[in-house]
Amino acid sequence: MSPHVDPVAFVDERLGAAGPLRKALRYVFPEHWSFLLGEMALYAFVVLLATGTFLALFFEPSTAQTTWHGPYAPLDGAQVSVAYGSALDLSLTVPGGLLMRQTHHWAALLFVVAITLHLLRVVFTGAFRKPRELTYAVGVTLLMLAVLEGYVGYSLLDDLLSGMGLAIGYSTALSLPGIGGALGTLLWDGAFPGGPAFVPRLFIAHVFILPAVIATLIGLHLWMVVRTRHAQFPGPGRRERNVVGSPMWPAYALRSLGWLFAVAAVLVLLGGLVQINPVWQWGPYEPWVGENGAQPDWYLGWLIGALRLMPNWEAAVFGRTIIPNPFFGGVVFPGIVFGFLYALPAVDRVFFTHDQAEHHLLDRARDNPRRSGVLAAMLVFVVLIFFFGSADRVFLTLSIPYELQLWLARGLVFVAPALAYVLVRRWCLALRRADAHPLRAVDAELVPPPRTDDTLATTAERG
Amino acid sequence: MRRLLWRVLELLAILRGVVRAAREPPADERDDDGIDPSCRVTPSSPGAERALAVLLVLAGLGLAAFGVLIAVDADPRLLGAVLGGGLACLAAALIVAGLRIVPQEVAVEERPPLGDERARAAALEQLRGGTEGVSRRRLIVGAAGAAGTGLAAAAVLPITALGPGAHVLDESPWRAGVALVDEDGQPIGADAVPVGSFATAFPAGADRRELGSPVVVVHVDPRTLDLPAERRTWAPEGLLAFSKICTHAGCAVSLFRYPLYEPTSDAPALVCPCHYSTFDVRRAAKVTLGPAGRPLPQLPLRIDARRRLVAGGPLSGSVGPAWWGTQRG
Repeated sequence: MSPHVDPVAFVDERLGAAGPLRKALRYVFPEHWSFLLGEMALYAFVVLLATGTFLALFFEPSTAQTTWHGPYAPLDGAQVSVAYGSALDLSLTVPGGLLMRQTHHWAALLFVVAITLHLLRVVFTGAFRKPRELTYAVGVTLLMLAVLEGYVGYSLLDDLLSGMGLAIGYSTALSLPGIGGALGTLLWDGAFPGGPAFVPRLFIAHVFILPAVIATLIGLHLWMVVRTRHAQFPGPGRRERNVVGSPMWPAYALRSLGWLFAVAAVLVLLGGLVQINPVWQWGPYEPWVGENGAQPDWYLGWLIGALRLMPNWEAAVFGRTIIPNPFFGGVVFPGIVFGFLYALPAVDRVFFTHDQAEHHLLDRARDNPRRSGVLAAMLVFVVLIFFFGSADRVFLTLSIPYELQLWLARGLVFVAPALAYVLVRRWCLALRRADAHPLRAVDAELVPPPRTDDTLATTAERG
Repeated sequence: MRRLLWRVLELLAILRGVVRAAREPPADERDDDGIDPSCRVTPSSPGAERALAVLLVLAGLGLAAFGVLIAVDADPRLLGAVLGGGLACLAAALIVAGLRIVPQEVAVEERPPLGDERARAAALEQLRGGTEGVSRRRLIVGAAGAAGTGLAAAAVLPITALGPGAHVLDESPWRAGVALVDEDGQPIGADAVPVGSFATAFPAGADRRELGSPVVVVHVDPRTLDLPAERRTWAPEGLLAFSKICTHAGCAVSLFRYPLYEPTSDAPALVCPCHYSTFDVRRAAKVTLGPAGRPLPQLPLRIDARRRLVAGGPLSGSVGPAWWGTQRG
């Protein structure tokens, strides 16, 4: 290229990119703090890719046995798997390795936190309604994949904690009626703890298959968002057919990029300063070793809670098990929760709103008291089971007997959601009545803000 | 007469619709409050620009320092603080620039309409046009179904090559006469496990990592045993052995609860730390709490001539987590 060629013209004349670029620079983002939650998930994923790439350069997915030597005295000379040994090496001897591993782990936790909060924002504001049902379904799928990817990730290291987690995953796979036994031994390359191909399979799933699917679905999700444009909260000048907010260039792009680095900064600070999953302390996994007080990463807490809460029922015929117990807590329970989430747009249309129209203006939770009540009931159901997952910790810190908590929780999971429905619905109705109170003068006319060029604060849009 | 009535009703319905349509503004304008929120402000703030410059320089220093520190293999806490600090400065700089320096604008964009009936009809027409002149439509669809089924089978069935299948699940190395050894491979003597304690044991000469291998040996007062009649001889001198793999979710049953004061405490039990399934050892590992659906399989024990523990037979049932068709015994 000669120095006189204008690079923008060069690209535009070959790809016709200037038109789309001009449009993209003017793309309008409506503003509300809760719209940053989805971005937070995206940026946590960026940090996961960056740190994960670094880690993949050092980790060796192999269950071959080796004698480990390194700076951690209690394990120096221990027989460990190559996978666990390389996890120790990259934590303890690779420069910056521990920072990267811990940042990666924190980012995985935040990734699921951000998706969950984003989901809550979406369901309570009715953002899943037409025309966004498909965007929403892709988002729910992303949550499921994010949980799976996190689980596979911390299962890779072959330390005691990951082995115990895998045993539970294996038992849940085995519990599938009919196909469980075959499925479990297929996935694990044999009976638990698995054949030599198992850890390499986990590795390829964690570093290639799942991230590729997640990245593709994120792309699809964002493309769908752009097709429909963002939803927005009601406000002055905001209508179903328009979108009011900041154009991408320059202010929004700079702030969003700032948000990316803010998320990355917090994750790196956590990764450097707050210890997480110190695998050298857990030691290598052997099937006959277990540790009391082991807790999974937070996003599996609801599943361990369900497995623990379930009474010891099993379906059996002629002295043979047909449905093993982990099926209820490990398959049926998450099946109900994700089934509910996938069905929500249809349920909402049939039971709560009865309409087929497009909705680009978001509801407040109070605008649809029955929807908000049902969502609150589901939330309370899952959160209660989640907290019961740490009932053993509650016993140790507060001395509330485990058995008592078990029986209380078994009753509460049915009573509390019903109560939540009633209370939240009434709360929403009360808020709506308060909105329409004569003292609020709902019939008063809204005065359009004066349009001036020197002050922004007077426009109703900022905030 | 009836038809006439219908006509009148129809006409009324149409008129009602027309009147309603005339009264109500179209959907686009119904929510139009007449406010145009768009505006554009160019802030001019030398103070913010100075702050931006300072933050950018700090970010550069922090990020460069991280590069240097990683080269000298500094403490991970220092690395995290420096990199995180640098990124935080960069984030602050971008946010200051985005809020206080560049033009601030509120824009209004009309949403592009979604769904175009005419385009849809044309697209379907195009698709249908693709089969113009085909006469044996059913035959071809049926044959294509056969090909599709074959393709699906060819795509899915290779997963059976991934593993051996469920028949490997029921394997265990325990047989009559197999000696119990500890983690170092040393035989376990009958006197090595005092009353109230427990030990992990493996079958001599077998693969320990197999789920069917590890057992836990516990010792209780033989007078308190409450075993089924056919297992009376399985616990010589009150020594009992059970599979160490939980029948619920496959974790190692690694807690032994032994009462300190018998009259007020619960019976001796093995407890799994994953979901707290509790197995009463005196009653052949009957489940007394938690989600496990069946007892731990018991290993019959014998004490040989040299007072060593030896298996008196195979385990009493399937080891570990259950699957479709697991014997419950």
